[in-house]
Amino acid sequence: MVRFIIKRLLMLIPVMLGISLVVLILIDVTPGDPARMMIGAQATQEQVEALREELGLNDPLPIRYGRFIWQLLHGDLGTSLMTKRPVATEMWERFPYTLTLVVLGTTLSVILGIPIGIYAAVHQRTWKDNTAIFLSLISVSMPSFWFALLLIRFFGVYLGWLPISGVDDWKGWVLPSGAMALGLTALIARQMRSDMLEVLRQDYITTARAKGLTEGRVVYRHALKNAMIPVIMVIGGIFGVMLGGSLITEVIYSIPGLGQYIMTGLYNRDYPVIQSGVLIVSALFAVIILIVDVIFALVDPRIRSQYTRKEKRKAGRQLAKETKTVETS
Amino acid sequence: MDEKLLEIRNLAVEYHTDEAVVYAVNNVNLTVKKGETIGLVGETGAGKTTIARSILRILPPPTARIVSGEILFNSTDLLKLSEKEMQKVRGNKIAMIFQDPMTALNPIETVGFQIAEAIQRHNKITHFEAEKRACDMLEMVGIPMERYSEYPHQFSGGMKQRVVIAMALSCNPELLLADEPTTALDVTIQAQVLDMMESLKKRLGTSVVLITHDLGVVADTCDSVAVVYAGEIVERGTVEHIFDFAAHPYTLGLFGSLPQLDSKERRLKPIKGMMPDPTNLPPGCRFYERCPEAIKECAEAPPPDVEVAPGHTVKCIRVKGDAA
Amino acid sequence: MRKKRKQSRLLEVWHQLKKNKVAVVALFVLVLLFLVAIFAPYLAPHPYEKQNSKLANAGPSREHPLGNDRLGRDILSRLIYGTRQSLQMGIVSVAIAAAIGILLGSVAGYYGGWVDNLSMRLLDIYQAVPMFLLSVSLAAILGPSLRNAIIALGIGTVPGYARIMRASVLTVREKEYVEAARAINASDIRIIFKYIIPNSIGPLIVQITMGVGSCILAGSALSFIGLGVQPPVPEWGAMISDARRVMREHPTHALYPGLCVMISVLACNLLGDGLRDALDPRLKN
Repeated sequence: MVRFIIKRLLMLIPVMLGISLVVLILIDVTPGDPARMMIGAQATQEQVEALREELGLNDPLPIRYGRFIWQLLHGDLGTSLMTKRPVATEMWERFPYTLTLVVLGTTLSVILGIPIGIYAAVHQRTWKDNTAIFLSLISVSMPSFWFALLLIRFFGVYLGWLPISGVDDWKGWVLPSGAMALGLTALIARQMRSDMLEVLRQDYITTARAKGLTEGRVVYRHALKNAMIPVIMVIGGIFGVMLGGSLITEVIYSIPGLGQYIMTGLYNRDYPVIQSGVLIVSALFAVIILIVDVIFALVDPRIRSQYTRKEKRKAGRQLAKETKTVETS
Repeated sequence: MDEKLLEIRNLAVEYHTDEAVVYAVNNVNLTVKKGETIGLVGETGAGKTTIARSILRILPPPTARIVSGEILFNSTDLLKLSEKEMQKVRGNKIAMIFQDPMTALNPIETVGFQIAEAIQRHNKITHFEAEKRACDMLEMVGIPMERYSEYPHQFSGGMKQRVVIAMALSCNPELLLADEPTTALDVTIQAQVLDMMESLKKRLGTSVVLITHDLGVVADTCDSVAVVYAGEIVERGTVEHIFDFAAHPYTLGLFGSLPQLDSKERRLKPIKGMMPDPTNLPPGCRFYERCPEAIKECAEAPPPDVEVAPGHTVKCIRVKGDAA
Repeated sequence: MRKKRKQSRLLEVWHQLKKNKVAVVALFVLVLLFLVAIFAPYLAPHPYEKQNSKLANAGPSREHPLGNDRLGRDILSRLIYGTRQSLQMGIVSVAIAAAIGILLGSVAGYYGGWVDNLSMRLLDIYQAVPMFLLSVSLAAILGPSLRNAIIALGIGTVPGYARIMRASVLTVREKEYVEAARAINASDIRIIFKYIIPNSIGPLIVQITMGVGSCILAGSALSFIGLGVQPPVPEWGAMISDARRVMREHPTHALYPGLCVMISVLACNLLGDGLRDALDPRLKN
């Protein structure tokens, strides 16, 4: 298992290098001069040129790329052109907000989506199922930023229960995580429902029924565990959607997280921020996917056995030995 | 030996889909005596599996419906039991072996757990005792108990079927429903599994309903046979009687499509045509369209069951003519 | 002969689809939206950019059934014209993504070996960036405009199509008719375009239908944050963004465009669901 994780982490390195190279090239080939953006339109051409030289913008692409990587290896993500502060420091300050938002949103959508999906599948083709499907379809079709505004208008302005922006206390997190969770709850519910129905059709479910197990045990032990495997895969992707969605949500709710930071960077063509932001968020995403894959392997013995077959065999022999000693004694 | 263990009376099962109603089983009568092995023979789609699943009441829930009939097991009608009472019968008094061992086991639980689970469900014993008995069951079907905590994907097809058999026999059922237990296996493994079932059956005194389309298997293992065609039992009797004095044209057709070593015929004689569409069954004899000996009257009304010899009945009006 | 078979296959799918009433309604809604987009100048009661300070934030009236926005523009007319931008973003970007994806996926799947390996590693890099972050970054770097938003969405969603295409090519590649084509010495390009792509496009159709929906959704989000359609051209996401300033007093200004987005995306999703069932009735629950 450890070897698997290390291997996967090593595989990430070329991916991350690729991402940073692509972002660098993109910024390079598109019009717009960061130096000009920094000091404004009234500066003279000489001043801009001097700044470009100072920032190293005139160096050829491979040199800039090499420099970026070299700094990256030293934990240096460059300096923001706008705030003049180290990008790494700023991102580190903002990281907890985004992580909280994403984890809250994902947790919410998982703990709501999975039961809804199971409920719909167990009541297949009844009005309960139809209602659940219809509501989830509407939810995935809604623009989440629009839903966020409606939430603010209703709970923040009309009822006045929750703050309309900022996350000074727990109340502030309710609306943003709710807004983020809506569509993804529906997505998980749909996935859970269809996987559950698929699993309930399998022969081993009939076997479980034929053993005389109660319907509850058939559904919640035998079917659910199997149906969860593809759902776990979806949850990995959902973190990605959440990270993307945090860009807008953090702006709407004024949450000082990575999403807001990257958005500001994008508006101002603050290229160290853009480059590091995309890289760091992608790295975060990759780590989450890796964690999901590990969980996946833990749940599914067919995958787990590729890594731990020997240990399992040993455990089996141990059990056999114990039962034998009981018999003889 | 003559004591009735299971008696099916006038069983009818339908599948309701969006488009049509499938009449899968119609008016089936069948008796299984204690200790007996009865073979259900017929083509794919004839309704054999549906009959077996009706006995356990594990038909696919949204579409299948048992329309009428009684299934008497030790004189209690299984169809009248509550779901809770039925659960106590499943796996305990009546167990089932499925066609495809590749898909019959839960892929993410150990084989040992899956056997122990059935044992613990039906016996008041501790978890540890259940595990121990599961180990015994594994040994009984020829799998070393060291493999208790392995997962189904680590077993071959034949081994998986042994696990399924161990699971089915783990609570000493009185009746075992074996749904084509060897069809999905290699020919060499088939014989092994059948031999094993045979000896276990003798040891435990279980009655067996063996579903198969292999007449050779029937001749080897069964005491009596019921031939199923388009949801009906068209002929039933003892193995000897049916093999020697088969009377229904369909049964004769089945024998005709078997290769025979001592025959001078160079070609097999397959039965012409296809089974009738189960959503749209003919009003008369269901075999009418394919029957080489059909007469006009066959198409008009369903043929009655005719007893040609004690315990040997045939659903054919032509046979009635012969006997009269 | 081949043409005939293709037609009958389409007909068969259509017959399956017709049975699904919800999908038919969804199709009807999409056709309606299409017509609205095409005939917007004839349907809209007022020019979309005409401001009238006297009517700023006015409520519904006979003249302006949905009222006027903060600059006094007719909301209904803006919604009608907005259909054009949203459908463009949905359809054109999916067309870009699907075209690149199909080509990439079929080449990777057909040739296998290092070509396949290289393409898949490229897709890994691609997919390592969350899709929306990628589209937003691309749109911001390319500069805000409808065209660039479409390009950003198109490029951002390529990997899904490429992977589905590759998977289905891998199964089609081994089929007898491809063997046969190879045996008569057909060129690779001919085999890919004549045999592989037409036969493996089935699973993609569903993905494409739903993709239009998700691109409309993502496109409205881009416009909402100012990286898509630029004022004064109306677009639903941009209208919501504009309505934010008067959200407290006039929440309906934001409500209507959001409903428009929701209805069009819902129609795409429902049609996609229906198509999936029609293409493969076995999957139907």
